[in-house]
Amino acid sequence: MRCLRMLVRILVLLYLAGAPALAQTLCQPNASNGYRVRISIKTALGNQAYEWNENEMFLFRATMAFAMRRYYKTETYNVDNIIVCNQTRRVSFWFVVISPENPTMLIPKADVEKAVSMSRHRINNAFLLTDRTLEFLGIYPTLAEPVNPDTPPWLIVFGVVIGAVFAGIIALLVSSLLQKRRKEKGMMEDGQDEEDRQMKGVENGINLDGIYNRGFTDDDRFTKL
Amino acid sequence: MRLQLPNPGLEDRILSHEELDKLETEEAGSGDRPKWDNKTQYMLTCVGFCVGLGNVWRFPYLCQSHGGGAFMIPFLILLVLEGVPLLHLEFAIGQRLRKGSLGVWSTIHPYLAGVGIASMFVSLMISLYYNTIMAWVMWYLFNSFQETLPWSQCPLNYNLTGLVSECEQSSPVDYFWYRETLNSTPDIGENGGLQWWMVLCLVSAWAVLYICIIRGIETTGKAVYVTSTLPYVVLSIFLIRGLTLKGSLSGVVFLFTPNLTELTNPTTWLDAGAQVFYSFSIAFGGLISFSSYNSVHNNCEQDAVIISAVNGFTSVYAATVIYTIIGFRATERFDNCLGGNILVLLNTFDLPEGNVTESNYDQVLQSLNGTHPEVIQGLNLKTCDLNTFLSEGVEGTGLAFIVFTEAITKMPASPVWSVLFFIMLFCLGLSSMFGNIEGVLVPLQDLGVFPKSWPKESTTGITCVLCCIVGLIFVQGSGNYWLSLFDSYGGSIPLLIIAFCEMVGVVYLYGIDRFNDDIEFMIGHKPNLFWQITWRFVSPAIMLVIFVFYFITKVTETLLYKTWNPESENFPTLEEKPYPAWIYVIIFILAGIPSLAVPGTALFRCLWRKRDRKSEQQELKTVSDQMDMNDKAQDGKSRT
Repeated sequence: MRCLRMLVRILVLLYLAGAPALAQTLCQPNASNGYRVRISIKTALGNQAYEWNENEMFLFRATMAFAMRRYYKTETYNVDNIIVCNQTRRVSFWFVVISPENPTMLIPKADVEKAVSMSRHRINNAFLLTDRTLEFLGIYPTLAEPVNPDTPPWLIVFGVVIGAVFAGIIALLVSSLLQKRRKEKGMMEDGQDEEDRQMKGVENGINLDGIYNRGFTDDDRFTKL
Repeated sequence: MRLQLPNPGLEDRILSHEELDKLETEEAGSGDRPKWDNKTQYMLTCVGFCVGLGNVWRFPYLCQSHGGGAFMIPFLILLVLEGVPLLHLEFAIGQRLRKGSLGVWSTIHPYLAGVGIASMFVSLMISLYYNTIMAWVMWYLFNSFQETLPWSQCPLNYNLTGLVSECEQSSPVDYFWYRETLNSTPDIGENGGLQWWMVLCLVSAWAVLYICIIRGIETTGKAVYVTSTLPYVVLSIFLIRGLTLKGSLSGVVFLFTPNLTELTNPTTWLDAGAQVFYSFSIAFGGLISFSSYNSVHNNCEQDAVIISAVNGFTSVYAATVIYTIIGFRATERFDNCLGGNILVLLNTFDLPEGNVTESNYDQVLQSLNGTHPEVIQGLNLKTCDLNTFLSEGVEGTGLAFIVFTEAITKMPASPVWSVLFFIMLFCLGLSSMFGNIEGVLVPLQDLGVFPKSWPKESTTGITCVLCCIVGLIFVQGSGNYWLSLFDSYGGSIPLLIIAFCEMVGVVYLYGIDRFNDDIEFMIGHKPNLFWQITWRFVSPAIMLVIFVFYFITKVTETLLYKTWNPESENFPTLEEKPYPAWIYVIIFILAGIPSLAVPGTALFRCLWRKRDRKSEQQELKTVSDQMDMNDKAQDGKSRT
């Protein structure tokens, strides 16, 4: 009995000692259930770029755990469930997610993808980065839905312009029609004053108002020989 | 001994100098013939007619492709030798004979009426397609009133999984122009049906034109205060904005760097001559009409020189502005190209950011090529050269609707710049349309197509409606191809023929001596030696040379046109296709009918006159006619 208990304890100790080593072997470049992350801080932030260090890596793992929690709607995920490896100077690395219940089991790629897509916006904002500068290679950002207004804006502008133009055309046509009618009315009323208007010279293109002084009429014109 | 062709009866057809003076003082016909309210309106209208879209999108391209600053030399020389004399001639003859183009040429000699008719046809054809360009400008203008311009990004495809493939392969600006504006078919034979949004824009373009010309120069004269001055304001705003953008100066430097070897290339001189000619809107008949509304003693010589100078200056100014923006766009493209390459290198070799920058890119690439040549080969890095981007010279609609709109999307506050740019294009085009339409309306009136009793509003209205309906050809799916067809053939060869006939007609049929006397009567001094030489020898010679070369080039070239075909292999490069056989008939109608109208009308009139003379001679043989003739002779004697 005592031998059995000792054996179990040794096995547990071995297991606890070996777990991290086991976990490490789960994370490998081109792992079947892992994703590669590429971060471009200087491109995104320029002068205000921060340095990538262990603390930032910790934040990354915490954010990923948050994403997994949100996706599965449980509270079982922790920072330890996110394993990172193969970090380069580019700032790119691989990560895998292990299940909290069974440390040897990896969460399938599809689920990780869905979890990341769901919380992509929050993950980006945690690092002040964008979809382009915090890349999950293989997970494409979902495209924003385009804003489709009910009436295309150009139709509104067109309506305004064409309305104004047609109003202007009608106004001009009506005004010229009125002018013509006024002239016609004037011609009919001044039928007897025909002589007056003939003698009213048109000086400089302006019709002189007022009656021409007959005292200075050119009488010779009317006497026929 | 001056060469003067016989021209009997000329004295009877024209008003003498004394009659002209009487007309001026009495104003007897003040109701009949329109007049300018003031000199400014006249000058602005002429400037607006001459300064058009060609100054903005043809001249900069020519300048840059023919040796930059060196192109100024043939341009200015030909401006002085060809443009100014032709302009002065048209102004003087219009002011002297006080009629529209048809009236002027019929007056000079009845057989020359064909020149007027040809002018009318050309003006009509050009009006038809020019207003379609206005419709395109209005479409872009209407679409500029949005926060994100529709041509700045590709739309999503049907199931929202990605971008539309046609747009992805080409670019958002290309897609917006060829698909969402033109909805272009891959072939001129497929007409693709009417595009309803373009029909609306076409109707609005003709409506705006109608309201400006509704009462002739009474309304046009007011409209030009805006349409002729606004482009200069906008160009200046763009210049200031352009100079503050990165890379603009490299564009201007590229434009004006002279390459004097280009001067030995005859195409340079030919293109310069053609540009001067078309830019001055000569032979349309519009300028003759406009100057006939002037008072007799207006100084047309001064006007011609001023307008030529303004036109030349505007070309150079617009070219500078355009190339600041093109320089900015090219630099932007270059930066993106280089940035893309750098990113690829960083990602492939896992180098930290900032290791490879624009300055050490070449060194790093070389060293990497030395160590890992196969990897570099596999990357397919693009070669980025600023000069290549700058010399992607585009002209015409491509410049305005593709290159410039792309540059605008990269500027902050894009909608503002887009609205300004398209308003400027609209004003430039509208002021040219005034002259085009004048060249159509006045001959129609002179021919008596409309009854005299009809008011001006209805004649202009009917013309606009008919032109709009015919213009529906250009808003089909294949409309763009029809437009370039009309542009290449309808608006080129006939104009050269008409201008040549104009010069020969005035100098040799009307008589250079009489013309000199007329000008002395009108402006007070005889035209000096420069005018004599250019009118009589130099300008006609230049016109003839340009015409011959143009004709030969057009006739010998294989007729190809560029199409937008998403299924072609080299998409997005435009696919070149040969025209179908029936297009040759159309080309003949476009270029042949106006050109043949000149000799055709002469022949027609000649035959008509021969018939009249024959019937006259038959009448005189009867006795009663002889007696009548004697009576008439008696009357004539008593009157003197």
